[in-house]
Amino acid sequence: MTGDTGLEEQVLERIERARRRKARVREEYITLAHGAGGKATHTLIEGVFLESFRNALLEPLEDGAVIDEMAFTTDSFVVTPLFFPGGDIGDLAVNGTVNDLAMCGARPRYLSAGFILEEGFPLAHLRRITASMAAAAKAADVQIVTGDTKVVERGKADGCYVVTAGVGTLDRPTRLSAAAARPGDAVIVSGPIGEHGITIMLARGELDIQADLTSDTAPLNELTARLLDACDDGEVRCLRDATRGGVATVLNEIAEASKAAIVVNEDIIPVRPDVRGACELLGIDPLYVACEGRMVAIVSQASAETALTALHSHPLGREAAVVGRVNDDPPGLVLLKTAFGGTRIVDLLVGDPLPRIC
Amino acid sequence: MRFVDEYRDADTARALAARITALCEPGRSYKFMEVCGGHTHTIYKHGIEDYLPEAVTLVHGPGCPVCVIPMGRVDDAIHIAAQPDVIMTSFGDMMRVPGGKGSFLDAKARGADIRMVYSPLDALKIAKQNPSKRVVFMAIGFETTAPSTAMTVLRAKADGVDNFSVFCNHVTIIPAIKAILDSPDLRLDAFIGPGHVSTVIGCRPYRFIARDYGKPIVVAGFEPLDVLQSVHQILTQLAQRRCEVENQYARVVPWDGNPKALAAINEVMELRPHFEWRGLGFISQSALRVSAKYARYDAERIFQIPGGRVADPTSCQCGEVLKGVLKPWECKVFGTACTPETPIGTCMVSSEGACAAYYNFGRFSRERVKEATRQ
Repeated sequence: MTGDTGLEEQVLERIERARRRKARVREEYITLAHGAGGKATHTLIEGVFLESFRNALLEPLEDGAVIDEMAFTTDSFVVTPLFFPGGDIGDLAVNGTVNDLAMCGARPRYLSAGFILEEGFPLAHLRRITASMAAAAKAADVQIVTGDTKVVERGKADGCYVVTAGVGTLDRPTRLSAAAARPGDAVIVSGPIGEHGITIMLARGELDIQADLTSDTAPLNELTARLLDACDDGEVRCLRDATRGGVATVLNEIAEASKAAIVVNEDIIPVRPDVRGACELLGIDPLYVACEGRMVAIVSQASAETALTALHSHPLGREAAVVGRVNDDPPGLVLLKTAFGGTRIVDLLVGDPLPRIC
Repeated sequence: MRFVDEYRDADTARALAARITALCEPGRSYKFMEVCGGHTHTIYKHGIEDYLPEAVTLVHGPGCPVCVIPMGRVDDAIHIAAQPDVIMTSFGDMMRVPGGKGSFLDAKARGADIRMVYSPLDALKIAKQNPSKRVVFMAIGFETTAPSTAMTVLRAKADGVDNFSVFCNHVTIIPAIKAILDSPDLRLDAFIGPGHVSTVIGCRPYRFIARDYGKPIVVAGFEPLDVLQSVHQILTQLAQRRCEVENQYARVVPWDGNPKALAAINEVMELRPHFEWRGLGFISQSALRVSAKYARYDAERIFQIPGGRVADPTSCQCGEVLKGVLKPWECKVFGTACTPETPIGTCMVSSEGACAAYYNFGRFSRERVKEATRQ
């Protein structure tokens, strides 16, 4: 094996060069992989949207754009089923945008809500959705101040799609960025991961698996406020909510943007037994499963304890844990120390996490 | 978590690793092939190679059901999916496998009704729910998944479902192992035997490997300690100059296999005279088709399939990788032209494929990884 090492090293360098090449969309059609949050999504965003819209505010590809003292973001929601244990498309749509603003370090203030409704959609369902949106807005202390409605013919939409946008105010001088992680920083996960994604998979009823799970959908703005208040300016480098693509995707985005390595320990990452069990059965890695009320925080080593104490003081951060740290080498790479005691890479997924067959 | 954590204990692994190292004869190097893609996945997912001494190399074998599907069969399946009123169903692993004209995912984007199922019984359920459609199940896999396909055909018959058929691509493991053993360019010391296949076929069919080829084989489970223990068992055999079939996975694998499952396969399917394996070429009596008795459930008889053979891209060296002659990174296009996003060969598609596993989990110099993960 030793004789190969030099040659292997060369090949690996060649691969890294290939990976740094500019994103190019090769497909002629949109496939579901383009929406799964993995590599195909990144290629689409960089190869089509960023290519077309390129500007200084968009370019960092953060969860929202920061314009002077204001953060601005948008998100669309197409979840099936519309109602699931622990939430529905309504509170998801409010929390999603609230969280994107919170991840910019902003205080979320005003939201818009757009509805694309399918002919024949029960009004009772719509009322249920708007009621939970109102409740979620109240809980997050935001107002829904503008909106839009479109109705499409039967079969042209899956019942109801919701699009929200939001603005928030930046009350602190701290500017958060995925590019701000520094070697030595602590990597914190705010709570048990993967509950939303697994809940949705099970709620679809395609798998004969029963589990007592609910979505983790929640507004994170109070949690981020507590964290930012507790730490000195600049000590919190970056916040990202681990939605589509899960914690693994967020870590890859940060490693890539910061040109640093991130090393995490599998056995410290909080995962509830039900989620772990379902993931084992399905052959899915919980690191890639979506959360809707969990975030990753990169905090300076010196402030890690303070940050953890602040997070633990809030119900949504009670199980927060330092799961790893930032390293200088190899840049752009996320490494996992497995619970078994080995090491491996954690890469972006290509498409959806597909169950293995045997 | 019970039944999981006890097979992933790091302390046990360290103790076992020390015994493995002690068993290696100084100056000798060992090459063991794990036949099954499930093992390849486990090895990379848990970082098992970190525990192995440099003298021991694991070579990845052909036992990834997705990786061995030739491009022509994918094209045939897409052709069937494009017929009027057809719903094509398959396991998720198949969705990205490239044929000559794209993958299922591409065909789906162009309008074909292709659905992912977790079991062939789900495909049968879709057939019952859509009586005006013709529902086809793209069956892939070794003896592990063949019984469930066979049982589904039997269920379809019992329930009188006549809009369900199977596009059968099941393959058998023994001819593939034999092809590797007969391959002139390979030097292996032993095999880590496939676990789940063996739950069906048992351990007896492997006896020729020890008897005729003089190679030990240890049928192994899929948890990381299972793999380490099977390496230990192989090295023990070699140290004691023994050469046998051993069953490390006895908690799941009966020595004689599963007679009921085998009976279901024999009832519904028959051996093909020959079948093309991606990268390995034609291997005689290495695959199953739906037998004449169940012709009405055989998509190959119901639909006119082109049946064309599509040559593997010349740049692709999946064959050498599947035979274990080349390590994934030694392939000319590995990681540059061929990546999980744009796979040229099938080994780069399935999470059990050697190239995808290496690219996703292991693609980096062990030295730099060790340095980075040191506390």
